[in-house]
Amino acid sequence: MTDIRSTLFGPVFNNNPIALQILGICSALAVTTRLESAFVMSLAVIFVAAFAGGSVALIRLYIPESIRLIVQMTIIASLVIVVDQVIQAVSPTISRQLSVFVGLIITNCIVLGRAEAYAMKNSVGRSFLDGIGNGLGYSLVLLLVATLRELFGSGTVFGTSVLPLTQAGGWYETNGLMLLPPSAFFIIGLLIWALRVWKRDQIEVEE
Amino acid sequence: MLEYYLSIFVRAVFVENMALAFFLGMCTFLAVSKKVDTALGLGIAVIVVQTITVPINNLIFRYLLREGGLAWAGLNVDLTFLGLISYIGVIAAMVQILEMVLDKHVPRLYAALGVFLPLITVNCMILGGSLFMVEREYGLGESIVFGLGSGTGWAIAITALAGIRTRLKYSNIPEGLRGLGMTFIVVGLMSMAFMAFSGIQL
Repeated sequence: MTDIRSTLFGPVFNNNPIALQILGICSALAVTTRLESAFVMSLAVIFVAAFAGGSVALIRLYIPESIRLIVQMTIIASLVIVVDQVIQAVSPTISRQLSVFVGLIITNCIVLGRAEAYAMKNSVGRSFLDGIGNGLGYSLVLLLVATLRELFGSGTVFGTSVLPLTQAGGWYETNGLMLLPPSAFFIIGLLIWALRVWKRDQIEVEE
Repeated sequence: MLEYYLSIFVRAVFVENMALAFFLGMCTFLAVSKKVDTALGLGIAVIVVQTITVPINNLIFRYLLREGGLAWAGLNVDLTFLGLISYIGVIAAMVQILEMVLDKHVPRLYAALGVFLPLITVNCMILGGSLFMVEREYGLGESIVFGLGSGTGWAIAITALAGIRTRLKYSNIPEGLRGLGMTFIVVGLMSMAFMAFSGIQL
């Protein structure tokens, strides 16, 4: 039981893919101006990571060593195509906001990295849980950054107004920087700082 | 005409810098930017691969995948849903071919770039370039210029970051911020600096 829990929740805090393993940052930053798109993106990544882990683990004994990367890439790419088509069908608006970033889940190092490092060596169920866990760790950072950016950038959370804006007679003046790319870097940088003050063993040693 | 291509190039290099405005290729961007020479080597490899793959994917999109694209073969099918898997396949194949050609004909360049080439397959900046090319409906000429420009922009960004990081060694950074955290803050500041280019119109 504790084993399953550590597979599932280890990646969330202790071994977070974004904060510690520097994986999958590309897409993490670009979709976080609005919480809604970040949420859809998180679901997509959890789905792809879990099923990619499961499927790779299922055929891990039959994959020849020399072509394993191509096999993993093909599995991941097929899953991403499914996700992309579903998002396009269900909500064309969100699909347009996410633009190329759904497709970029293919090259998201979290998915391929876990398939290569974990799913090739472990059972189907375990790899599936590991995929979900890493997806959750990624989502946590993504949603946190998106909440901060949307709240301070446009005074809303999930599109509903929380801080009344000055234009609408309230008191909150929007912070335009939050909607621009640099803020995402700052927020993640500060987030890593906070995490490392809390979990001191993650501090990098000086070279 | 020349002005039009020049404006695509400048936009791809400065205004819409792949690394600093679209966050693409971040994993390698942060991991391989500790030394200036390695960063420069990777940057050059990215420029080469990007300039080759974007136009090739453009041809594949226009003559095989898009609706009506197969008209030359007498077929009328829409294969755009196969896009993602074809582009990544082309990129992986191109990197492999490039590696073999360089190894055979320009061994010195191969020795310098060799380590970085396989890394590039999973660099999302390369796939991102092809996807942007499709989304913005570029033609063949435009995609060559865009590939060259976006690659150059990325190379400039990673080389500059490596330069800054070597200097950072001498600064006294709070414990928890050391390493990855500080790099993020630096990249944020660089991204802010690059935002000054936005609004440049040729």
